[in-house]
This record gives sequence, structure tokens and C-alpha cells, in this order.
Amino acid sequence: MKLFRIRGGVHPDDRKQLSAERAIENLPLPPLLHIPLQQHIGHPAEPLVKRGQLVRKGELLARSQGMISAPVHAPTSGRIMGIGGYPAHHASGLSVRTITLHPDGYEEWHDDCEEMDDPFSLSPEQIARRVAESGIVGMGGATFPSAVKLNLRKRYQLDTLVINGAECEPYLTCDDRLMRERSEHVRDGVRLMAKSLGVERILFGIENNKPQAQRAMREAAADYPEFHVVGLPTRYPMGSEKHLVQTLVGKETPARGLTADIGVVVHNVATATAVFDALKFGRPLISRVVTVSGGAVKNPCNLHVPIGTPLEHLVEYCGGFVDLPDRLISGGPMMGQPLPSLRVPVVKGSNGLLGLTLEETQRRDEMPCIRCASCVSACPCGLTPLSMAAFIRVGSLEPSVELGLLDCIGCGSCAYVCPSHIPLVQYFNYAKGELTARQRAQHKQGETKRLAEARTARMEAIKKAKREAMAKRKREMEAKKAAEAGAAEQTKQEEAEA
Amino acid sequence: MFSAILIIGALGVLMGTALGFASRFFAVEGNPLEGEIEELLPGSQCGQCGYPGCGPAAAAVANGEAPVTMCPPGGKALAEALAEKMGVSVDLSEVEEKAPVVAFVHEHLCVGCTKCFKRCPTDAIIGGPKQIHAVFADACTGCEKCFDVCPTECIEMRPIQANLQTWYWPMPAAA
Amino acid sequence: MIDAPLIGAPYAHQKVSVNRTMVLVMLALTPATLLGLYQFGWPAIFLFVITIAACLIFEAFSLQVMGKPKKVFLMDGSAILTGWLLAMTLPPWAPWWIGVVGAFLAIIIGKQVFGGIGQNPFNPAMVARVALLISFPLEMTLYTSPQPLFSADAPGVLEGLAITFGGGALAIDAVTSATPLGHLKTELSRGLEVQHALGSTDSVGQLALGTASGSLGEISALLLLAGGLVLIGLRIITWHIPVAMLGTLALLASIFHLMAPESYAGPLFHLLSGAAILGAFFIATDLVTSPVSVTGQLIFGAGCGLLVFVIRTFAGYPEGVAFAVLLMNACTPLIDYYFKPRIYGRDRKGQPLQYGDEGGEA
Repeated sequence: MKLFRIRGGVHPDDRKQLSAERAIENLPLPPLLHIPLQQHIGHPAEPLVKRGQLVRKGELLARSQGMISAPVHAPTSGRIMGIGGYPAHHASGLSVRTITLHPDGYEEWHDDCEEMDDPFSLSPEQIARRVAESGIVGMGGATFPSAVKLNLRKRYQLDTLVINGAECEPYLTCDDRLMRERSEHVRDGVRLMAKSLGVERILFGIENNKPQAQRAMREAAADYPEFHVVGLPTRYPMGSEKHLVQTLVGKETPARGLTADIGVVVHNVATATAVFDALKFGRPLISRVVTVSGGAVKNPCNLHVPIGTPLEHLVEYCGGFVDLPDRLISGGPMMGQPLPSLRVPVVKGSNGLLGLTLEETQRRDEMPCIRCASCVSACPCGLTPLSMAAFIRVGSLEPSVELGLLDCIGCGSCAYVCPSHIPLVQYFNYAKGELTARQRAQHKQGETKRLAEARTARMEAIKKAKREAMAKRKREMEAKKAAEAGAAEQTKQEEAEA
Repeated sequence: MFSAILIIGALGVLMGTALGFASRFFAVEGNPLEGEIEELLPGSQCGQCGYPGCGPAAAAVANGEAPVTMCPPGGKALAEALAEKMGVSVDLSEVEEKAPVVAFVHEHLCVGCTKCFKRCPTDAIIGGPKQIHAVFADACTGCEKCFDVCPTECIEMRPIQANLQTWYWPMPAAA
Repeated sequence: MIDAPLIGAPYAHQKVSVNRTMVLVMLALTPATLLGLYQFGWPAIFLFVITIAACLIFEAFSLQVMGKPKKVFLMDGSAILTGWLLAMTLPPWAPWWIGVVGAFLAIIIGKQVFGGIGQNPFNPAMVARVALLISFPLEMTLYTSPQPLFSADAPGVLEGLAITFGGGALAIDAVTSATPLGHLKTELSRGLEVQHALGSTDSVGQLALGTASGSLGEISALLLLAGGLVLIGLRIITWHIPVAMLGTLALLASIFHLMAPESYAGPLFHLLSGAAILGAFFIATDLVTSPVSVTGQLIFGAGCGLLVFVIRTFAGYPEGVAFAVLLMNACTPLIDYYFKPRIYGRDRKGQPLQYGDEGGEA
């Protein structure tokens, strides 16, 4: 198949050999599970359970709220210990509402979780609804509710489903293992999604550094002519949705648009597996495969982990740290986020847990920019990161937006090649956040103004009403006086007459 | 020589006259910027800028007496908008944004005197006479007017806590 | 690990640094420099060392004044490289104060007043060279023929010291000789034709190997070319500026040479003489002062080539690389503004791509 070139990109040392040959292992249940109510983009889920309640495996714990949201299910059977703030799986170290579950060890499935003989008999709407009810979100790290993407067929003319098996982030091997070990399940999950989307063509992209996964998927897909397994050049960020689509289809997604604008929907390998589990076995998304790796980890491996497991159990299972890691990363080293501690739980979007040594991170102090333009040639989006960062540094966000700040996908290629070790992506993330915060502030200011005006109007109205009431009373008094006076006059007159 | 002096002199007189007429006929009453700037300001008359309300503050900004960064509730976003309107450049990195605060009523101290909610410029305090008051945080601008009048000192100005939706990466430290 | 400051992704990095970039550029310059130092002997060595040392001292002084950490910035190699490049464009037997004044001009006026590394709009070494050339035309145009170290006529260490710390080549009645470009200019202005003018001077082979007179950076085109290619191979610089610059120069020289061979020298002479190669690979490509986009770099390089040819052929100075580079440096912000790469998902004007009508066909 003809592939199309993308701009820029880098070739980081992929370090996948650390865990690529380790088969997926099941992590034993930890003593406590912490299940955050927000593991996805959109509104947090709303809890349906109470403290002390007994739940069974796969039971709905919190339902989705609003258009873009996802429900949360019990990863195992046990007792709800409480609902409250717990450190989030997030760089900020902030807390998030979390359900704490004490497993009883029986692993008793909820009645709703029933196996189905032929999930392909379901209609596209039914598939999408089941995916929504199972709480499936994009498991490549973006955590966008998958059902919303499956429902895009209603508003866009779609022709292709692209499956992202690029796994271009260094270290991560969880998708690689899934494709090797569960290739038929992956295939059927993909076919179910294709059916739901109503597309005829499936392009399954796998980077060329994973030949076994390519072979496994080709074998699994041999009987399905619409299913094309495509080898992708090994180059970061091949797994970026828009760039993957460009490589395979040859069209760029319009700025500020969706891949659906050019008739393509992209899903991740792990998501496909979750879709298969949900439709075939009736199991909601309550566990996932996580790669635990990095130079500081003793035995890097791929673990199948219940959602909500504190990360310390994963590290412990892998033999602990041999070295104090310089960085503790969730996700891959290019786009992952630093974690404040090992107490935080595994969430639906965690594909990796990395303990990286200083030698691996190559962290150094920031030097001034020497305008070497390495970032310009590395940027897959055609931006000029050096100028954007220079503007942001002095607080001018508007010019950096004109240079394309909002078109930045945050892939980190620029910062990866920067000889001055400037944390370019952090500048951009800061600027994007600051812009959103300013928008919020402006919105609040508008609302404040509206409230203040309403209050002034009300005060005026009250004053006016008071004035009118006073005037009325005065008039009445005067009328009364006049009447009295008149009456007095009359009496006087009458008296005089009399 | 003589003709040159004559020509330049005549030119001067002519242009001077033209300018004089222009200043008379095209004169603008008041400063039109004032109104436009007042449009931009929050209009809650909170007085945090040191002026008696948003109108006088707008006048001060329009006349260049007050900096474009004078409005604490407006923050950086407003400073940027004002700078654009005034055609001045402003170094926003120097604008130390006061950590935004909202009022919070300690219920066990509140006696329901209604003094605070009468003062609130944005109607952000809910309650009635002899009832415990509460603050609707989304509408509070942190102007501290209620804080000043509370007889039992039950109002606390609390910094707004970041959450996962509002948190964002800080600017890299070293540069 | 937990106490480490919050730093954003990525948490992997290519093994690159400012320091490495500078060191590699210096390594690429080394062969040509060694040959130059050998050819011009002790005075050249003294001048070279003095210039670089002065650059470092001025850099340290500036850092002290601005309160920046000295160790980090002195070690980044940029001051040494500036001094090195400046020394390569000076007449090798110039007196010591030329090197010191040059270092002052380069580091203080050319670089630090703008805020230090990365902030200067003009190439510091070229600022210094041009300022020296205009201020001290005599010292800056007095070239000697190569007298290799240990050869019979070459000055020894003491003699070398006398030359450098005395009055330079002026003081001792040194055998001066014009550079090939200077010679050509003089002869042409006397009404001679190119063939005759060049006939008496150096052959192409001499130019390429570095046995003609000139500054350190002018004498060995071949070694400089090799160094430049190594830099391209190591991805320190890209091919765009050198190719555009030399291509334009060669093209213009060919056209004029074909039209009037008696008045215009050929392309090979233009490429190999003077600082064309040094300029194309080491000076015009200066990361700080050249445009960032590929298109911008091509335009920048072509502009340099054009200006070099025009200055050499029609202007008063025999060599124009320094002027050409500075003039194009001044255009860099403009080029950067107008020639940005196309943003993904947008057209050249920055509007989002539209697939309205041809949506169905692909």
C-alpha cells in the first residue's frame, strides 16, 4: 500500500526491548482500589453507590453525566469504603473525587455481565450504546469517550476506520503484546467498531519495529478483505491521530477540525480489545494492560491491572526500583506526565508507568535559544516552536497563537531535539492553559457585569417604586388635607351661613 | 531669498489657520475612549482599583492617569484588552495577578444580619433576614465589600482552589 | 524524584547540547586552521591565540557585568568559536591589537549588548571584521605570502613575537603580497584582462590547497569544504544555505564570465578564492543569525551569493563575504516573518484546509 510522508518527526531510542518479550501477566488484587470518578475527558461521573454498600464485579458505580462523559464500574466485588478526595493520576498532584473499594476476593461477576454468542448481530446503534454503557474511553492516553466517536456517523460521511497500532512512544509495549497475544479479539473488536461506524475499509497501522505484531494481525485478518494491516515507518509521532491518518490516507485533517472531516475515525488497539470484551463477554472497562518499564525498574513487564490499583503495587510486582528514578512518568516519555507519587491509582488512560533514570531523561538546565531551528525541522505540524516560546516567555500569548500555538499537538519532538534543552512543550502547555483561564475570566467578567447591571436596575426599580409610593402617599395626604380643608371651609361656610 | 521667506510664511499662516478651524469644528466632546473602556470594565463598582467606581476608573485610564493593569478582578485578560484599546504595550509577565479569592460564610458565626448581601455588587450572597447567608462562588468577584461590613467577622476571603479542569502547567521556572 | 521541580514532557532527549554543537563546528574548522597556522607560522599562531583569549576575557567581563553565571556560558564554546572565526578572517601577520580590538567589537558590540548568546542580530565575527576593515584599512589589507613553519624564510618564535607585538607585517619589511581577489581587482582596474591578471597569480590548485596568500580562512578551500560537509553530515547545519549561496555565486559568475570572459573571472575562481567556502559553510550558516525555515534559508543563501558576487565584481572592496552576510543578517527577521513553514491542516495563508468540493474524489 502506498504511504504518504509526514513532515518532521524524530527517532528516539525506543527502548521497547526492555518489556517487549514479556507476556502479559495478571496483577493480583491489591488490598484497596481507588476508582476516580473522572478518568476521561468531559464531565465527571456521578456516584450511585453509598458507603458500606456491597458491589459485584462489573457493577455500575457511577453513571455518566452529560453528552461527553463515561460511567465507572466496579473492578472487582467488594465493599465500598467511601467516596471522597484522593490524589489524582495527574501531574498537578491535586485530589479528585474517588470511590474506594475493599475487594472481598471472590471476584463475583454482576448479573448484567453476560456472554453473547454473536455480537455481530447487534445493530450499529446497539453497539455504540453498549460501548457507552461499558465506560470505554480512548485507551491510548487521550481518554475521549469512545462511543461519542462511534456516533460520528450521524453527522459525518465516513469511509475508513483507522486503527492506531503505531505505539510510537518509546518503552510502551502494551499494545504490541495485545496484538500478539489477543490478535483475534483485537480483530473482532475492530470489526465491531467498523460495523458501528458503517465503514467499508479498515486500515490497521503498525510501526515496522513490531514485526511479530504485524504478522499476528495479518494472520488474524487474512479472511477479511476489508481489513488491511499496514506497516508504518518507525518515526515519532506516527501515532498522532492526524499524522497517522495523513500517512495512510494522504490527506491532512483541516486545522481545528476532526479526522471525521475527511471521512476517517481513529481508534486505538487497546480500545478495540475493550470493545470486544464489552460486547462479547458483557464486561465493562474495569481493567487494562499497563507497561511498567524504565531503567530504574528491576523487571520491566506488561501487566493486566484492575482500574484503581495504586501504582506502588505495580512497581512492587516488578521487583521495585533498582535505582532511585529521576522521573516517575505515566504514559510514554515523549507525551507522558510526571506523577507526584506511587499512591495514585491506575486509570483507564494509563498505558505505561515508567521509572526513568537521569541518564535516560537527559535532563539538563535550560540554556538560551541559539535559533538553531532544529525544532522547526522536527515539528510535524510546521510550526516555529522557537518563536512561539520566545513570545510566551515575555507574556505575549496573542502572537504565539498567530504562529499556530493552538495547532500544536504537544508531541514533544521540538523539545526532544533542542540543544539548549528548553522545555518548549511546557511553554506551550502553559500558554494554552493560560489562554483558557483568560477566556474563563472574561466569561466571568461578562457575567459579573450582567449581575451588577441587573442589581443596579433592581435598585433603581426599588428606588423608583419607593419614590412613587412616597409621591402617592404625599398626594393622598394632600388630597386628604385638601378634602379636610374643603370640609372645614364648607362647615365654616355653613356655619357662616347658619 | 525674499520669495522663499514669503512662501514659507504664507504656508505657515495658511496651515495654522486650517488647524485652528479644524480644532474648532472637529472638536470631540469629552473623551470617547472613556465610554468604550467603561464597557470593558466589570461594572461591579467594587472599588478595588482605588477609584470610586468603574466610571471614574475608566476616565482615569482614558486620560492615562491609571495604568491598564489597575483592575484586579479583570486580571490579565482585561489588562490585555485595555492595552489594545489604548494602543499601549504592557508587559503582562510583570502583572502580578492577585490570587483570586471568593467570599466564604462561616455558618456558625453568621447571625443573618443581611448587611453583606445588601452590599454585594453582584448579588452573589444568598439569604434573608435571620437566615444564614451563603455565597454563590461563581458570581463572587472577591471585592471584599461584604468582608468589611460583617459585624461578626464570619466572612473569610478564600483563595479559589484549582481543580483538574482549571489546573494548567506553570511557566517553566528558569529562563 | 518526588521533590524534583515540575518539568513538562518529553522525558527523553537527543544527545545534543549547545556545547556539543559549538565543539563540532570547531572540530570541523580544525584541519583548515592547522594548515593556515602552518603556512603563516608563528605570527599567525600568536594572533590566533590572542584573539580567542581576548574573546573569552571580554565574554567573562560581560557576564560579570550582567550577573550571569560565568562557568556555564564560558563553557558553551560560543565565545571561542566567535574568536576562532574572527581570527580566520584577519590577515595572519596583523599586530596583536587588531585581534584584541576585534574581540571587543565581536563580543561586546556584536553580541553581548544585544543580550548575549542567541540574541545578536548580526554575526559577531563579521561585525568585528567589517568594523576593523573600515577603521584600519592598512593593517587589514596587508597580506603576506605563505611562509610555512620551519621553512627557510619563515620567522622564528622571537621574530614572530616581534611581528605580532611590534607593528605587524608593516613593521618589518615583510614580503607582502595581495590576495588573489585583491590582485584581480587591482589588475582589472588597471585595464588588464582577466586572463592576464590571473596569469601571473595563483592557479586553481593553489587556491584549493591553500598556498596562496590570504587570511587563515581563505587559503584552503578544500579542507574547509571537507569540514563543511562533515557538519552537514552531523546535521549541525543543513545544506540549504551553503548550496544556495555557492550556487548563486557560481551561476552569476558563469553567466558574466560567458558574456565577457576578459572582464569577469570564472565560477571556479570565485568559489575557491576569498572566504566563499568559509562564509558559505561556517559564517552564513551561523545558527543565530540565519533564518529558521527551509525556504527562508534558501533565500538567505541566494541573497548572500548574489551580494558576494556584486560586491566582488562591481564594488570597491575586492572581497564581500562579510558585507554580504551582514546585509542578509539584517534581512533575517523579515525573511523569518514572511517565509514560515506551512502549518499542518492549514493552507499557506493560514486558513484551515477546505475539502468542500473535492471531498469525494480522493
